[in-house]
Amino acid sequence: MTYSVPIGPVHPSLKEPMTFNFKIYGEHIEDVYLAPGDNHRGIEFMGMQRNPVQIIYLAERICGICSASHPFAFCKAVENASDIEVPERGQYIRVIIAELERIHSHILWAGVAAHELGFDSVLYLSWKAREVVLDTLEVLTGNRINYGMFMIGGVRRDILPEQVKVVRKTIDYYREIYGKIEDIFLNDPTIALRTKNVGILTEEDALRICAVGPTARASGIRKDVRQDQPYSAYADMDVKAITPEDFGKKTVGDVYDRIVVRLLELVQSLEIIEHCLDNLPEGEIVAEKKLVKLLNQLKRTKGRGVGRHEAPRGECIHSVKLEEAEAPKVWKARAPTYNNLMTWVPMLKGQQIADIPIVIASIDPCIACMDRVTIINKSNGKKSILTKQDLHKLSVEKTRRITP
Amino acid sequence: MEGGKGMEIMKPEKILKLFKEKLGNSIIESNITSKLEGAKKNSYSSIWITIKLEHFKEAVKLLGTIQFPHFAIISGDDIGDEIELTYYFSLYYGERFKEISINLTTFVPKKDLKVPTLTDLIPGAQTAEREIREMFGITVEGLPESPNLFLPVNFAKDIYPFRRDEKGIYPLSENGNYVGENIVKRKEEVRKVE
Repeated sequence: MTYSVPIGPVHPSLKEPMTFNFKIYGEHIEDVYLAPGDNHRGIEFMGMQRNPVQIIYLAERICGICSASHPFAFCKAVENASDIEVPERGQYIRVIIAELERIHSHILWAGVAAHELGFDSVLYLSWKAREVVLDTLEVLTGNRINYGMFMIGGVRRDILPEQVKVVRKTIDYYREIYGKIEDIFLNDPTIALRTKNVGILTEEDALRICAVGPTARASGIRKDVRQDQPYSAYADMDVKAITPEDFGKKTVGDVYDRIVVRLLELVQSLEIIEHCLDNLPEGEIVAEKKLVKLLNQLKRTKGRGVGRHEAPRGECIHSVKLEEAEAPKVWKARAPTYNNLMTWVPMLKGQQIADIPIVIASIDPCIACMDRVTIINKSNGKKSILTKQDLHKLSVEKTRRITP
Repeated sequence: MEGGKGMEIMKPEKILKLFKEKLGNSIIESNITSKLEGAKKNSYSSIWITIKLEHFKEAVKLLGTIQFPHFAIISGDDIGDEIELTYYFSLYYGERFKEISINLTTFVPKKDLKVPTLTDLIPGAQTAEREIREMFGITVEGLPESPNLFLPVNFAKDIYPFRRDEKGIYPLSENGNYVGENIVKRKEEVRKVE
């Protein structure tokens, strides 16, 4: 007997409410259909009625976590369209903010993954560790998220010597605790049991679906915008795309590999920030300080530009078309999850219901869209509703069941 | 489509030459841009090609003979009688500064709003193709019918948010920009009722 199990769609407080329709035979997932779009806010449409500087703040609010990635890509797109050169110091500060964001995003994800497996103590400990980087971002920008740091042609605030000290202290803190994080996530037998050979995405599938970010890299694709098309300060240092092979293991493309890649990227981010602080060039932080002048220049610009940035979840691409007007004629923003969406289909097929939370969480989307689950018994048409808590309970029970 | 490791990496000029050789007559416009980055001023390249719609899919197939392309997104612009669509691809991942962005632009006439699907070549294009179908009302030939992905399922039929004509959300002003008259009118109506 095949059951139809819809999961989702709505959790209004989160960025990506989404519906998953599962075809289930017993505990076994036979097929899955995705239905996103419940939270389409028409941000691009709103942007096309505003000037580019106003769009930066809209772009920042596309995602609650990537509030540096979208403005980064958007500013790059506008700069490419209007030939604005960012001063070197501005380029380095941009990268520092972007990498701090990657650290907080990856630790956030690690905590969520632990929670999905029923390891709530790890969730609390990892989110406690995340507070340090959020506080550092607050010191640098004034905000824990929505930093308001990016401006077309550079950044809005400089990094002062006393702030550099805070960032260095943060780096030391994470270097100190990294051993513990790695030990918990990679050596714990229970996490290994629940994540190894679960939710496999093969290299071929990842290529065909055009997956991006850690999702693609965990399947063995060495793809990283910071490596392939280096920009800003990334162009001056040797950033390499990380795959599980760098950890000395064979690439499988399962949830465990995705944990490996994200943890190694934490170390990489610390190195990048340190490099930027050591080599921070002197000089201006923004190409044009006077906003009116900048807006006038943009108003006279005719051209197209594309900006790409490696966000914590993968390639984030913005495209603009300026046509001598106040607002851009076209603004297209694409977040990494847009491409990674379809990877769920091969990942979830053949898995168990109890694995749904961790597999869905493994590509690092907004997972709380799993608000409710309705199980419809086709033979008698009866409905029973599984809440997120029930689903979570199933997942925790599986952890307990398979742990020796 | 071919792909794989250990292949020869072509220079952007050579790729453009290949396109001109194979599809010379249908290429309307093409150029290569490069961008200097960082304090050391290294650069990467992007290729922009505008191609006629009837040979668009051939161009994507040609791209596939070089390597399985990474597909990013489609952006669209309603320019009056036609809709301009730009498909963003990239080739050659895995080495520093070697990735080349390839942006293919084509024009779809409003009289016959149809584009061929790329999902048979690149399954990852599905989401973006469904988006242009909903936002511009373009028929994607070969893409199975499905409920709305981005717009609400009960969204008004024959209204396409990114169109700048009578099927769009706002009427046009003389210079072709959105004017938001609908919203203004609606507000006035509300005031009258009050």
